[in-house]
Amino acid sequence: MPIVAIPSLLRNLTNGKESITVPGATIREVIDNLESRYPGMKARLCENDRIKPGIAVYVNGLLTRGSILERVDADAEIHFLPAIGGGISETFH
Amino acid sequence: MLENKEYKVIGTRPIRHDGVDKVTGRALYGADFQAAGLLHGRVLRSPHAHAHIISIDTSRAEALPGVKGVVTAKDLPNPGDKIADLGEGAVNLKHLCDNILASDKVLYKGHAVAAVAATNPHIAEEACTLIDVEYEVLPPVLEVRQAMESDAPILHDTIRTTSLGETGDEPSNVASHIQHKLGDPEKGFAEADVIIEREFVTGTVHQGYIEPHNATAHYNADGQLTIWCSTQGAFTVREQVAEILQYPISKIKVVPMEIGGGFGGKISVYIKPVAALLAKKTGKPVKVLMNRADVFEGTGPTPASYIRVKMGATKAGKLTAAQAYLAFEAGAYPGSPVGPGAMCIFAPYNIENVIIDGYDVVVNKPKTAPYRAPGAPNAAFGSETVVDEIAEKLGIDPLEIRLLNAAKEGDRRADGPVHPRIGCIETVEAAKAHPHYTAPNGKKHHGRGVASGYWFNIGLESSVTINVNSDGTINLIEGSTDIGGTRASIAMQAAEVLGIPAESVNPSVVDTNSVGYTAVTGGSRTTYATGYAAYEAAQDVKQQMIARAAKLWEVDAANVQFADGEFSSINGKEEQISFRDLCARLGETGGPIVGSGTVNPGGAGGAYATHVVDVVVDEETGKVDILRYTAVQDAGKAIHPSYVEGQIQGGAVQGIGWALNEEYIYNAEGEMTNASFLDYRMPTCLDLPMIDAVIVEVPNPGHPYGVRGVGEVPIVPPMAAIANAIYDAIGIRMTELPMSPDRLLKAMGKI
Repeated sequence: MPIVAIPSLLRNLTNGKESITVPGATIREVIDNLESRYPGMKARLCENDRIKPGIAVYVNGLLTRGSILERVDADAEIHFLPAIGGGISETFH
Repeated sequence: MLENKEYKVIGTRPIRHDGVDKVTGRALYGADFQAAGLLHGRVLRSPHAHAHIISIDTSRAEALPGVKGVVTAKDLPNPGDKIADLGEGAVNLKHLCDNILASDKVLYKGHAVAAVAATNPHIAEEACTLIDVEYEVLPPVLEVRQAMESDAPILHDTIRTTSLGETGDEPSNVASHIQHKLGDPEKGFAEADVIIEREFVTGTVHQGYIEPHNATAHYNADGQLTIWCSTQGAFTVREQVAEILQYPISKIKVVPMEIGGGFGGKISVYIKPVAALLAKKTGKPVKVLMNRADVFEGTGPTPASYIRVKMGATKAGKLTAAQAYLAFEAGAYPGSPVGPGAMCIFAPYNIENVIIDGYDVVVNKPKTAPYRAPGAPNAAFGSETVVDEIAEKLGIDPLEIRLLNAAKEGDRRADGPVHPRIGCIETVEAAKAHPHYTAPNGKKHHGRGVASGYWFNIGLESSVTINVNSDGTINLIEGSTDIGGTRASIAMQAAEVLGIPAESVNPSVVDTNSVGYTAVTGGSRTTYATGYAAYEAAQDVKQQMIARAAKLWEVDAANVQFADGEFSSINGKEEQISFRDLCARLGETGGPIVGSGTVNPGGAGGAYATHVVDVVVDEETGKVDILRYTAVQDAGKAIHPSYVEGQIQGGAVQGIGWALNEEYIYNAEGEMTNASFLDYRMPTCLDLPMIDAVIVEVPNPGHPYGVRGVGEVPIVPPMAAIANAIYDAIGIRMTELPMSPDRLLKAMGKI
């Protein structure tokens, strides 16, 4: 199952747990399953069924397009990180 | 000289395709653009750093003979609360619009408030003086720590501090807080035998590109808007203009002219939407040019910052813990590069216990824009100075301590992801082995310093089309504006695939209607990602050519192979034809061949650099001179070594300027007092020795030729390397940038 690294600023929702193993074949499924175990998580990560502006999704160390439809492997390592700002966000276009 | 055993074109040094036009003055830049009936635009800018706009009366300007139109923020569509989705970049549309033409508040001196189109530039300038703006002046806040105080003047009533999806209750200048935590920092510091904690301050610095911003806009009668401009990304101009003007992307064409430098500063739009507004209002093409003061005061520099770094190590030199506090000035609107600063600060090291807090803070200065490795140089100034001090305390060679702790494949970065194959160790080893590092350097007030740096590079979308010509050449169509020789480095990757010389490729950078979507020339991505697209397009051509050869010889395509520019049949029939000769037979074998490649690669591969610098400090004047400079960098694979060396040298030189001279100097009212190249002192060739660029090649597994981006990381180490050299020279740790003569004299107790 994919492993989600919990950012330090979200660990108040996971009782301090730094990583969680959750089922899911897409980012959406992973987030939905995280939400069912740790209520409040989805609201911190998503808005209108999309990843919130300002949050970047890395899968296996690679920056993705941040789509909740992104497919993830069974052994994927997923990170939710602050999106790179400083106008580089404008380069991520 | 690099070894080049595996390739015929890659690793060679052909003359760049755009070189002759540029050195003979024939290349066309935005300011050269001419059109029948062209009007000239001029922007009126705020004299105040912080003020409410009470009213704007344009009637006197409109009455001036020769004036054809005046626009203000009222001419922009109401942005509402929309978050503009610029690909992966999400931007508050009101902020974006207000930075183009202020609606209710001006937030920095130089903030645009109105614009005029007239029959010549002088009338436009005069008309600006006739626009009556009534302001209610407010106290400005110009420094990040002051802006974070609870009683600081608030720039935006609507900004609340966000912290990864959580939003604060009160208005604040702190737009966001980020944090990365790895391991147990408290435990790590408890294990340390030596702990160093220092504070650092860096100034506001501009990219200093030679060519000012420019834009000409024109609406056809059918509503098609065309913008000719200097930009790092025609497609991002199209997206930003479409959002700001609420105009369909399909009705906007952006034509990128040649570009006289950008370094990140020509991604955001400023005058392009203004030119479009004026063109719409007047029905004529309108050209708007900035002057140098406009560029300094009205476009985005890289931010000033306040940084605290604490690091601990064992007696043996093993780093056990690291902590950083980064507060970056975003300028007038949120969006400083504190994010990448926080991601890069400890990336040269494998440290198990790390905590990093970053704050994005608005102040009354221009909204910051990217500048080469945004955020990383500020951060490295702090961390690399502290590493140097730890090495000194422990009596360990400063490169040795870096090797002892160097990040490698499989190590986890403080922000979470695991490093792929990287060349950190290789750059430190190469610096240590370089003759510079062991050359005598013991004279009074002479010093040597070293520092390392990291930049993660990016991938993103690129598209390339190749049209095959009957004479054996190809036309390569791309969307990446060429700042540092990328026409050549992209063409060479296609040439390598097709077995033809680089000179047989005619690269063209075209408008947004003429090539597939291509992201900006930025993030050190162009040779990597657009080169990758060129590789794919050439592979497409190759496969089509193989099918044509098969048709010619009446064999199955599986029985045709291609090597060294020759197609040959295998398994029986002995046939052979060169790429060039087959190009001449396209007509009879099925017609033209067009190849295409579109990529969005995720494996950009991080880049490392290690620099060595010798300085001499004049104890009478406080002036620091650079005596010798060696910059080592992992390029993955240097497609065109001369242009890689050029990037390394350019980055190092800009870092030297940042280290020793460059900063925005403000008075108490928030006015920049040095908005010219006479007073904002950038280094020239007279100030510098030749920068010795050393290319290390640790191939990036995420690219067919192993390319890593090279344009940004060379600006990361210079500030710390020079600070460490100054310490070696005079025994004083400089912790504020720039390390200008007055600061040196103060530190030496001479003033």
